[in-house]
Amino acid sequence: MPETRMLLKNAEDPALRTLAGYKGYGGYATLEKAYRELEADEVLKELEESGLRGRGGAGFSMGKKASFLPRGGGVDKYLCCNADESEPGAFKDRELMQRNPHQLIEGIAIAALAAGIGHAFIFIRGEYDSQADVLDAAVAEAYEAGYLGKDILGTHRDLELVVHRGAGAYICGEETALLDALEGKRGNPRLKPPFPAVQGLYGGPTLINNVETLSNVPGIVANGAEWFRGFGTEQSPGTKVVSISGCVRRPGNYEVELGIPTRELIMDLAGGPIEGHEVKAFYPGGSSSPVLTAEEGLDLPYSFEAMAEAGSMLGSGSIIVADDSVSIPHMALRTARFYHHESCGKCTPCREGTNWTVKMLERVVRGEATPMDLDIVASVQENIIGHCLCVLGDSMAMPVGAMVRKFRDEFEAVIAENQAVAA
Amino acid sequence: MSGLPLDQALTEGRIPDRTPEEVPELHEVGCPDELRERIEELMGRYPDRKSASIPALWAVQRLYGWCTPEGIRQAAAVMRVTPAYLESVASFYDLLHTDPVGTHKVAVCTNISCWMRGGDELLEAFRAAAGDDENFFVTGFECLGACDIAPMASIDERYFGPLEAAEAQTAIDQLREGADVLPGKALEKRPLPGGSDA
Repeated sequence: MPETRMLLKNAEDPALRTLAGYKGYGGYATLEKAYRELEADEVLKELEESGLRGRGGAGFSMGKKASFLPRGGGVDKYLCCNADESEPGAFKDRELMQRNPHQLIEGIAIAALAAGIGHAFIFIRGEYDSQADVLDAAVAEAYEAGYLGKDILGTHRDLELVVHRGAGAYICGEETALLDALEGKRGNPRLKPPFPAVQGLYGGPTLINNVETLSNVPGIVANGAEWFRGFGTEQSPGTKVVSISGCVRRPGNYEVELGIPTRELIMDLAGGPIEGHEVKAFYPGGSSSPVLTAEEGLDLPYSFEAMAEAGSMLGSGSIIVADDSVSIPHMALRTARFYHHESCGKCTPCREGTNWTVKMLERVVRGEATPMDLDIVASVQENIIGHCLCVLGDSMAMPVGAMVRKFRDEFEAVIAENQAVAA
Repeated sequence: MSGLPLDQALTEGRIPDRTPEEVPELHEVGCPDELRERIEELMGRYPDRKSASIPALWAVQRLYGWCTPEGIRQAAAVMRVTPAYLESVASFYDLLHTDPVGTHKVAVCTNISCWMRGGDELLEAFRAAAGDDENFFVTGFECLGACDIAPMASIDERYFGPLEAAEAQTAIDQLREGADVLPGKALEKRPLPGGSDA
């Protein structure tokens, strides 16, 4: 099955990055229509009815999230575009920003109109320096053309948009940590509730959406919710830019309709593992999603609901493939080390849980563990899940727990093998 | 302001040996005009000037190569915050350096997808190629968001991959000579894997 390109349409054309190039493909026509002809509520209704689900990981309805913000004026409301893409395996937002920055800016402006917001920010991870440069240039062009700033297109509506570069911390992709970082603090997550829609940036109601989510907005408002629902599945409408990496021949971003067979994504589009190897397991939605074995996962439709039913998640839509040459215990350790490094240290289950999980998995791969240690690793994961301030702890516990559960034989074999070597 | 109250200092596990510094005055810190103007411009972008703390630290790092104690004091004076506040922010983030680092920064991804494709070996190759040359700051890094070009490295804030271990030496040599680094491996020049729109 070929790709279904909506967000990445014309993305091969380098001119798309410029305002003139984007307008050449019909860009900003939707912003003009929305600002000149539509009421905020009409736009909001379209977004809600489209069923667009957040593309950052949680998959929550974008329109519903926007509707949680208080209506009307009198209070400063904010929009934060989460471009802190740092989930291992995810690189779709990078592609969207690099190749089509104006689509994102147009989406932000329309979403801001729908929710009555006058201040917007793009929080981009500091490592994406080149993409931040692209955004800076595009935002400057959009200001120049009157699509941003004061009195947009003479409609008496204002929108300020600031590109804010982070400085390297995975946790800032967590929405409340992102708010703290944007307020100029260390990026520690906040206790929820209150949710950002009620009390977010500078204490004001705040809408936080992922790059890909907002990039979908112009298309939906231009063509209508019904059109959007014509793609994908009932519960997962639309297309998805899927990042595929690991043991495949053609790693990269592929935009497909949600619900296509996972096998087609991994084996056809990305070319599957190299000659002589087979898929052993894969993370379906970034490194924080529980791994699925090839038997469990390859024949599932790639949708939010199918992945959830299989006990995993679509997450950010990032598939990491491990073939039969990959040692699962080593992969578990690599995964745990990442979350240990990135844990902000604010709450105990995550700070201590990630630390001890790494130590125990190191003992496993060094052959210093016993099978009983695997039970302890598993129980530590269970004690992390649901007990942390934010989902970072869970993000380690879910995949590591799944690996120990599904590949216990392999963990035991690694222990035995390394004990034999040591002896 | 005097030091921390004794009971608080004890709970922190240490007694401070110096008085925490208050907000420094601009005339005390010798802040270059260029840096002051840049930070003032940054503060103007936000509803709350404190939001400029990360961008201000970036400006300090771009000027001095790392977040020097003097640079942090200068930014603190402009922002009207304490140096300790900015230090606490700088030390939280991986890309802000509170110790001296080499001019050329090489971050090699060693996360899952890059690890599967030789990220560890690539990091070792870069370390060996740079040797003890202090102009280079070579470090392993968590996922840089470029698993499609695994194994990859960020070299002076630009992405390159997929890299063979042998290309580490080439890249280091090119940096030493001031030449274009691995022109064929720059991420920006890569097409979409699925080709043009069908």
